[in-house]
Amino acid sequence: MGGTDLPLVLEFGGGAELLFDNVKKRQVTLDGSKTWKIKELLGWIRDNLLRERPELFLQNDSVRPGILVLVNDADWELLGELEYELQPNDNVLFISTLHGG
Amino acid sequence: MSTACKSKCGNRAVLKRPKTGDALCKECFFLAFETEIHNTIVENKLFKNGDRVAIAASGGKDSTVLAYVLAHLNRKYNYGLNLVLLSIDEGITGYRDDSLETVKRNRDDYGLPLKILSYEELYGWTMDKIVAQIGRSEALAFKDTTKKVVRGICSKCGFVSSQQPCKACVLLEGLNRGLPKLGIGKKSKGDRMIAQQNKELALKERANLVKNDF
Repeated sequence: MGGTDLPLVLEFGGGAELLFDNVKKRQVTLDGSKTWKIKELLGWIRDNLLRERPELFLQNDSVRPGILVLVNDADWELLGELEYELQPNDNVLFISTLHGG
Repeated sequence: MSTACKSKCGNRAVLKRPKTGDALCKECFFLAFETEIHNTIVENKLFKNGDRVAIAASGGKDSTVLAYVLAHLNRKYNYGLNLVLLSIDEGITGYRDDSLETVKRNRDDYGLPLKILSYEELYGWTMDKIVAQIGRSEALAFKDTTKKVVRGICSKCGFVSSQQPCKACVLLEGLNRGLPKLGIGKKSKGDRMIAQQNKELALKERANLVKNDF
């Protein structure tokens, strides 16, 4: 099966980890027999990882405004945001800025 | 699939700067950001050599960036500033005590002296004591006629705000577009009320004048 797996590293920071059992970093493996865009990853995260108050993480099929998304340390704005197609071993980091300055 | 840094330094861009739309690498973004702050300080003559400047530090990301940038620019351009971190400890257990730990780290990381003033020292009351005395706001009742602020969420940054977009986003937009007046120096509610009263008075006087003419 190894060839059809899509391994990813997901990280949650800036307080976003509180919605995910307080786990900041995790390895996940998605079904690599199909392609995954970030918008599909968000749905997967909602169904499999998100523990509480989903409205603090997701809003209208995207992340809530104020949550930064970095793929391999680059802002997802440079990669097409929701349309970016995930590659094996991508590191996706979600940083919440929804707290006092 | 990666974008090159716009400054042609050869690095991979990691962000798209909201202010300019430029795709930049980390180093070029830092340089652009810090240089603009330096230019603002110089052009507006914000400081004089030897000034003692307190940086109001909450332990949050904004004041942490401010402390870092000022300490960095003070060294780089020899402003000759005597910088200190100043924090207020309201005495809220589990909130301010945590963020004060961050301020202490700022003190160590940036080599700045830190002064913490507490409500306890200043007024003899901590916020925790005040709450214990008067009860939580949930226990307070409002008259039906009291106009209450509607709590919403800023559509730009997602932060809780009664204003759309929130004040911080309006300010940021102003700063980004070089229009500080958008966010800063707005007239207070009192000023606006006085202006409105003066306008009404002027209208009334004019009406009287017109009446007297006939």
